[in-house]
Amino acid sequence: MTPPAIASLRAHIRALERPAARPGGLLPFGLPALDQALPEGGLARGALHEIAGGGASPHLAPAATLFAAGILARLEAPVLWCATTPDLFAPGLAQAGLHPDRVLHAWLPDDRSVLLAMEEALRHPGLAAVLGELDKLGMTASRRLGLAAEKSGVTALALRRPRGTADPLPTAAATRWRVTALPSAPLPSPGIGRAQWRLELLRCRGGEPRTWLVEACDAQGRLALSPLLPGRALGAAAIRAA
Amino acid sequence: MVTSVNAAAAARGLAPGMPLAEAQALHPGLEVAEADPQADAQALRALAAWCLRLSPLAAPSPPDGIWIDVTGAAHLAGGEAPLLARLTARLAQAGTTARAALAGTPGCAHALARYGQANAIVPPGGEPAALRPLTVAALRLDPGTVAALRRLGFETIGALLDAPRAPLARRFGAAPLRRLDQALGRAPEPIEPILPPSLCRARLGFPEPIATAEDLARATARLAERLCDKLRARGLGATRLELIFQRTDGSAAIQRIGTAAPTRDAAHLTRLLQPKIEQIDPGFGIEHATLAASVTTRLSAAQPPSPLAATQAAPDLAPLIDTLANRLGEDRLFRLRPVESDLPERSLARLPPLAPPAGTSWPAPLPRPVRLFEPPRPIEAIALLPDAPPASFTWRRRTHRVRRADGPERIYGEWWTRPEEAQTVRDYFQVEDEDGARFWLFRRGDGEDPATGDLAWFLHGLFA
Repeated sequence: MTPPAIASLRAHIRALERPAARPGGLLPFGLPALDQALPEGGLARGALHEIAGGGASPHLAPAATLFAAGILARLEAPVLWCATTPDLFAPGLAQAGLHPDRVLHAWLPDDRSVLLAMEEALRHPGLAAVLGELDKLGMTASRRLGLAAEKSGVTALALRRPRGTADPLPTAAATRWRVTALPSAPLPSPGIGRAQWRLELLRCRGGEPRTWLVEACDAQGRLALSPLLPGRALGAAAIRAA
Repeated sequence: MVTSVNAAAAARGLAPGMPLAEAQALHPGLEVAEADPQADAQALRALAAWCLRLSPLAAPSPPDGIWIDVTGAAHLAGGEAPLLARLTARLAQAGTTARAALAGTPGCAHALARYGQANAIVPPGGEPAALRPLTVAALRLDPGTVAALRRLGFETIGALLDAPRAPLARRFGAAPLRRLDQALGRAPEPIEPILPPSLCRARLGFPEPIATAEDLARATARLAERLCDKLRARGLGATRLELIFQRTDGSAAIQRIGTAAPTRDAAHLTRLLQPKIEQIDPGFGIEHATLAASVTTRLSAAQPPSPLAATQAAPDLAPLIDTLANRLGEDRLFRLRPVESDLPERSLARLPPLAPPAGTSWPAPLPRPVRLFEPPRPIEAIALLPDAPPASFTWRRRTHRVRRADGPERIYGEWWTRPEEAQTVRDYFQVEDEDGARFWLFRRGDGEDPATGDLAWFLHGLFA
């Protein structure tokens, strides 16, 4: 719990950072544990959010992909999904509640065209969100995306798919998430249960980094807190134990 | 003088260039008609206008040719070869003998249509190879130059290509090299399309030639407004537009745009045309500009939205889709719809971005990954036959030990798609490794009957 003085100071700084009211509003996760960690009580629409995959293959980032699809599924208007690789499988996205009629796909040759398409699409208020699969994203490009999103209220998601192992450059995204698959809980009978993720909020403007154990998106794109350690954010030690 | 002969006369040894008296002496019953170059030119223009059904860009190439720019239009006829075959067949039905060729440059197509094989199609970049064996007469040079080249031993275009350029230019002037460069695509050669009279267009002449980008942009905005007024008067909306800038030297610069939905919104068209203006080389100045709607469809007058309507209309995505399609490429934008097929790679199909919603999704209870590898990646797996999931598998030199698994989901081949699939079976398993990563694996074959598959294992996708 933060003391009230600091909270009010933070609100003041936020107001300085963004003078105008956010046109888009909020998209809560519907999980109090997550929403309370975000300064505005939910994922801000009209801002750039960065999502990366953890684990052995950050380039393929399947968990991060489904996490992003879950966010898009809980929005209402059409969304634009820009990719440079042809490995996205729409039936998988539909399992997080993202109906194919709502998704406009753009298959583009490189990161540059993805950024170009994202910025153009972010100016269009008819879309709910624009997602771009990006290998590299720098400060300038992310700042431009963030500004375009702020102006129109369209949410921008950058799904990071790094090709190399180099540390990602800092960006101007409002939040930065990392989603890593964890071994799921054993079922009483042979089979495979709902996937478990370690969801890390690595960076958050006006908030603090946090980590949760969650269950993967359901058919409506909603997360749930993992029953393994219910209702509480984890420290590093607890993650290792899990 | 004989200017032209038909096939029957050619078979009897008559040829253009022969004195008429000699021809009549050879064949006293010869039917002779007076040459009428003007009527010929008119007929050629009419024929070029007929060719507009193949592509919005066609132009007569006097005295006896027609250029058709089929860029982006060939797929409508089922490909380039069917297009040429259909074109020559239709012309033959109408009693016109025609030879056709398709190449990346007007010059090369011109040469091959006259001197190459019938219905020749040059693959992209194949122009030099296609031109090499042709005679130098194929280069659209005046007969004097052709004769002089022949005298010096330049029989084929290949010989000309191999010769050093500087002496050639000194001896024959710039013409042979310019034609050579045009045929090879090294020098631009815009074709100036004819516009059928019924076409909706706006034209703007300038008292002084204009050249700056701002002037061109202003002119384009004016053209768009005028064109949209005309389209509105006729109740049409444009889906393809040609912007033609006529330079003072007679050449033309042409830019094309397309829209996903018919439009007559001047502001939208101006926005789409603006980035194209940057690509225009004004040369010594632009004398007049034309904006033509080459493909139009009926578009009824917009009804103002009723203030009583409770539901908000779906947001109009057409302006965004047009902007993206014109900047990034038309076929890069699409939506997907489910297809009733059990094979995952066949379970979806592309739709145009503005197609009406299909309303259906994929069957929910079947687990499907978010990433799919196409083709499936071969892996090494250890599993008990016939239907146990693998205990471990190796992909990209890393061994994954399977901790939890679900399956098999048996998917049968579709014999109605390919006869070879009549008996094939894939057994799919969803597995989780010791790190929690989830994979979609399948084995070719049911594990018992060798006819159903060779038991090889593949990784087909990744679950979240």
